[in-house]
Amino acid sequence: MREKFTFLDTAGVPLDRRNVDTDAIIPARYLKTIKRTGLEEGLFFAWRYDADGRERPDFPLNRPSYRGGRVLVAGENFGCGSSREHAVWALMDFGFRAVIAPSFSDIFHNNCLKNGMLPVTLPAADVQSLIDALLAAPGCRVEVDLPGQTVKGPKGDVHRFSIDPFAKTCLLEGLDEIALTMKSAPEIDRYERERKAATPWLFRDIPG
Amino acid sequence: MGTMFAKIWDRHVVTRRGGDVLLYIDRQLVHEVTSPQAFEGLRLAGRPVRRPGAILAVPDHNVPTTPDRAERIDDRESREQIEALRKNALGAGVTLIDITDPRQGIVHIIGPEAGLVLPGITIVCGDSHTGTLGAFGAIAFGIGTSEVEHVLAAQSLWQKMPRQMRVTVTGALRPLVTPKDVILSVIARIGASGGTGYAIEFAGETVRRMSMEGRMTMCNMTIEAGARFGLISPDEITYAYLKGRPLAPPPGMWEAAVADWKTLPSDPDAKWDREVALDASALEPHVTWGTSPQDALPVGGAVPDPAAQADPGEKDRMRRALEYMGLVPGTRLTDIPVDKVFIGSCTNARIEDLRAAAAVAKGRKVAPGVTALVVPGSGLVKKQAEEEGLDRVFLDAGFQWRLPGCSMCLGMNPDKLKAGERCASTSNRNFEGRQGPGGRTHLMSPPMAAAAAVTGRIADVREVAR
Ligand code: SF4
Repeated sequence: MREKFTFLDTAGVPLDRRNVDTDAIIPARYLKTIKRTGLEEGLFFAWRYDADGRERPDFPLNRPSYRGGRVLVAGENFGCGSSREHAVWALMDFGFRAVIAPSFSDIFHNNCLKNGMLPVTLPAADVQSLIDALLAAPGCRVEVDLPGQTVKGPKGDVHRFSIDPFAKTCLLEGLDEIALTMKSAPEIDRYERERKAATPWLFRDIPG
Repeated sequence: MGTMFAKIWDRHVVTRRGGDVLLYIDRQLVHEVTSPQAFEGLRLAGRPVRRPGAILAVPDHNVPTTPDRAERIDDRESREQIEALRKNALGAGVTLIDITDPRQGIVHIIGPEAGLVLPGITIVCGDSHTGTLGAFGAIAFGIGTSEVEHVLAAQSLWQKMPRQMRVTVTGALRPLVTPKDVILSVIARIGASGGTGYAIEFAGETVRRMSMEGRMTMCNMTIEAGARFGLISPDEITYAYLKGRPLAPPPGMWEAAVADWKTLPSDPDAKWDREVALDASALEPHVTWGTSPQDALPVGGAVPDPAAQADPGEKDRMRRALEYMGLVPGTRLTDIPVDKVFIGSCTNARIEDLRAAAAVAKGRKVAPGVTALVVPGSGLVKKQAEEEGLDRVFLDAGFQWRLPGCSMCLGMNPDKLKAGERCASTSNRNFEGRQGPGGRTHLMSPPMAAAAAVTGRIADVREVAR
């Protein structure tokens, strides 16, 4: 179902801001879609374009040397705010496959993993040094190695990251989580029977 | 020996996988914006909805709030999303509360009104403010669309147990100080990511004295501190709210249900990973000045100076926020003029909120040049407010009285700010562009928003209402 994730060797794109919220990643007016694709236009809209719709030349995503970069490196609490999975879809539509930050909001982090996007948590000082290096030499590369759980910065600096083993397997193999869960259907059936006996009031259908 | 969260969690474990549990989900709410792709995913995989009777669907995010909305919705994409929700609900046998239904409203407001949210349950919605429902002593949390699809298919979700935080609030709130001020001050204290990875239980005498409406306001904004879950243990106030609601346990089951609910509260020796204590007895009405909900200050304060901030990252964030907000350090908050006032949202559009705002609006007039909107959280709130004559109070004062929906909380429908406009808002997010591209948001309580409407600037409601 999903794209697999193994290695990335790509231009790193620095976004030196903290608390980047999902309204900034994709404004609400782009959520009026019933599809998962076609969202790249709205990505960071208010930061990419000025009020007249012209590209802001100094925003990193607009700078030629960062174009095509597939790793975004940002400040703490990335993806805070709304649960909109459109934020992940928009980042992926634009070409990103990984985000490196000192911390992520819980929901955004989950949403990444469900879509084959890798959220990498590194210590704040390591992230800042990556951002500084990318700002100093635009276009320089960052390597992300999921099997080895390392990020290699432009100066050859290597940063280890941790990841939940199951999430790692899902990313590496592009697994469909629902299909896996369906194997637990007998347990769900059993739980449901017991719960119905214990709390029958929870099994009255919602009236129309 | 456990926290309430842990007790509810343990009851819902279907099976385990390493450190994860497959958590049974009792109920799910769906709305038009975050569900179409989930239903489509099911269709593509040929999977049925496992328990349609456990799901309630409602359009709220992009519905217009003007009276003609039943006949026409001009925005094509909004119309398509609402139609997709109808089709998906019908196809799956899921109950839909449509825009013409007298119960329609914001998803987190109509769930409790239906008695759908009960102590001890797990409930999810593809919406980050689902934590609101934890006010009933439930595990309630926001999820992404892939997880919505997972719950539709399997009525369960793989989850990791979050860490446990308790925020204990003591002291009687002073007049015109509200639960909104309490939660804003909590967020200011622990920060926008202070609750990441945690479930937060609110405890203490101040919380015990709050109505269900006030408790929902508190839990609504836990996500603004980064926590997916907020919860409050159930008590007589909870039971009184629930009794007789359509989906509350019926008479024959009520006693058993209450007996069960009484076992839920955290044990005195429960272990907390973090504890925060707040004395609310001297708390003042709070207002935000920046673009993160953590940027809240007592209304008597002034716009802070980034230069005084030692941390370079924070200094930079504050500078950017002030530039966006068009504010200068040192400006007194009460000297900031507003263009619009929005009284609404899942944070503050329940009956008690409207009463508190109406009490300030009564006999006063919206200041010249200010547009003020009151958007009740649901059709039932609207009806009750009208029975109490609150609509007349607002209309006489020059406020607009609208139909229920999310409205200007996120500007997906026609209610939005224009670039540069400044709004006093009872909603929960002051992010850049949240209420419309370029719009500037100051978060506050309903009485504070009403005070801003009648003075045309951010004002201390205690002086206005004197
Ligand atoms: S009122 Fe605002 S915060 Fe609440 S559900 Fe609607 S958009 Fe989300």
